[in-house]
Amino acid sequence: MNMAEKAVKGTAFVHPIPASEESVPEIVIRPRPGWIAINWQELWEARELLYFLVLRDVAVRYKQTVLGVGWAVLQPIFSMLVFTAIFGNFAKMPSDGIPYPLFVYAGLLPWMFFSNAVSGASQSLVNQQALLTKIYLPRLFVPAASVGSGIVDLAVSFVVFALMMVFYRVPVGWNVLLFPLLVLMVALAAIGVGLTLAAVTVTYRDFRYVIPFMIQAWMYLSPVIYPVSLVPQKWQWLLALNPLAGLIDAFRSSLLGKPWNMQTLCISTVSAIVLLIYGLFYFRKTERRFADVA
Amino acid sequence: MNSTAISVENLSKVYQLAHLSRRHQTFREALTDMALAPIRRFRQLSGTDDSLEDFWALKDVSFSVQRGEVVGIVGRNGAGKSTLLKVLSRIVEPTEGQAILRGRVASLLEVGTGFHPELSGRENIYLNGSILGMRKREVDAKFDQIAAFAEIEKFLDTPVKRYSSGMYVRLAFSVAAHLDPEILIVDEVLAVGDAEFQARCLGKMKELSTGGDRTVLFVSHNMAAVRTLCTRGILLSKGRVSMVDTADAIVDAYMAPVSHGSSATLELTRPKGARIWMTQAVIVGDVGPTTSVAMGSKLKIKVKFETDDPILVPRLGYVVQTAVGECIINSNNRYQPSAGFSSPVSSGYVEADLGTVPLMPGRYTVSLWLGDNGMIDHHVVPEALIFDVIERDLWGLGQLPPRASAMWWPTEFRFSSG
Repeated sequence: MNMAEKAVKGTAFVHPIPASEESVPEIVIRPRPGWIAINWQELWEARELLYFLVLRDVAVRYKQTVLGVGWAVLQPIFSMLVFTAIFGNFAKMPSDGIPYPLFVYAGLLPWMFFSNAVSGASQSLVNQQALLTKIYLPRLFVPAASVGSGIVDLAVSFVVFALMMVFYRVPVGWNVLLFPLLVLMVALAAIGVGLTLAAVTVTYRDFRYVIPFMIQAWMYLSPVIYPVSLVPQKWQWLLALNPLAGLIDAFRSSLLGKPWNMQTLCISTVSAIVLLIYGLFYFRKTERRFADVA
Repeated sequence: MNSTAISVENLSKVYQLAHLSRRHQTFREALTDMALAPIRRFRQLSGTDDSLEDFWALKDVSFSVQRGEVVGIVGRNGAGKSTLLKVLSRIVEPTEGQAILRGRVASLLEVGTGFHPELSGRENIYLNGSILGMRKREVDAKFDQIAAFAEIEKFLDTPVKRYSSGMYVRLAFSVAAHLDPEILIVDEVLAVGDAEFQARCLGKMKELSTGGDRTVLFVSHNMAAVRTLCTRGILLSKGRVSMVDTADAIVDAYMAPVSHGSSATLELTRPKGARIWMTQAVIVGDVGPTTSVAMGSKLKIKVKFETDDPILVPRLGYVVQTAVGECIINSNNRYQPSAGFSSPVSSGYVEADLGTVPLMPGRYTVSLWLGDNGMIDHHVVPEALIFDVIERDLWGLGQLPPRASAMWWPTEFRFSSG
């Protein structure tokens, strides 16, 4: 290598291409017809946004209420008392040999989490239109945050459940270890349904009025106040297409030691995952029109 | 090494406009229409209605911006400035064409997006920061600067709903001003807060844009700001790029006296479905049709119309706006006693006599609306006419009133002792 070559290489070394040059993000904006894949990398990079959105929803939920987070306890307790009085005492609803208050509360835990998450998520975009029309962010996070913030309510109302278990002297078994997994499954189902409903509500505001009725009907299609065993064996698979059916039943198995019903749990798990995937893709597909119609 | 930060090729965006041209002759028609309305609305909302008219908010826009340039985007209301920024910010998807942005992008179309009134200033700084794309550690590092620039250190733990509107806007701008992107897209956000704060915002913008490597796209109606901040300019008109040049040249072109071809008369065509429409519109000054009038002149807006069904009282509405889009006059003979014709006519003139209009020198636009007694917008022409008011020493005192407002006012000052 002669001196001239060295000098040239030296110069190149003195003025290197900045390291960032390699990683300069390039954003290409063009019309994208059809289905759009989920950008996991973008979601991962913006994960702090999800955290702050959840934190906001949690912080704001019971602001300027006298009882504050007490409402997270009182809501399921009131429902439990009403259902116990009507279905437990008057209608003599069977409850798989479990005391009815405990039975219904174990069903209300996942149900209230799911229904609050779905109704919150479905309104989340129309209630925060500026997030659609004034800024770009991973919009999937907006409904997802509504689901995430429901976990706090679930945790608080679970404390009451734990106290009830002590009161009724229900032994705690190893099955309880599966509880977090079941909560995750309910959350995934809620995200799937929430994303779909949030996306349709942006375009068709009719759903603001439809969703409350839908959720009410959904509760009666889920084994909250009645056991799965009330449904004839050969029709249980049909009930289990509702992801909440198998999951609520599994909540009772995990917490109250009721035998597992593997058939409904498997069908419901698959159904929850299908709803999640559908929700994700439907949201991605319709997302491009949000700012135009919001 | 590629030094192009933004390259835009044939970018177009179409919106569908619905026509409200239905009119019911009979009660039965009205009922049928009401029954069919959900189907019609469903087609409109789902975008499958063919009767909608296409409106190209952007059409074949192409330009490129080098790294480190500060480019001002200028144009009248409805020229497509905001749509362009929304497409480049990835908020709306273009219909055709493409844009490539190289670098970390932050866009600021509104200050305080995502602020929650119930949360404290501190919580909102983190929330808004992460919505704008900042990492938590970035916010941590700049937190004190943000609070100091907004002058809210004492109220960091107060919910922002208790803030004065000034404090709120200062905090919102301050968070955004501490973003550190490679490409910054800014819409008219300087038009907030009081005069002193606006000056500071402008200073901060200048500081941000003279950093060297930062590329800035800046939309503003404030021509002084465009001149000071920008190195280049893009003039948009009716969704197309009509000029790309230095910022000064663009501002001059934007402010230059207009010429509607050779005459001051605007020819108009009948919109689809309109039952009454304008065929001609003109501004008449002291000496006839014109595009510029001296201060204190009398002004008339004269419209020639035609209609399907002979009419007694056509309704004409007009809105006068300043060059920055402020609405200063709105009038319509629908809202005041109005004579009309003595017998129904199917064509004729409507003249709106404004009398002496106390406008300060500057550029003004006139938007026109024509209809009948119903609530239907038959013919709407935003910014149909443009005119300039030219300086004149009204009282022969050798001085003009300061340009602090859109209007001077012919005031009679009386004095009495006591």
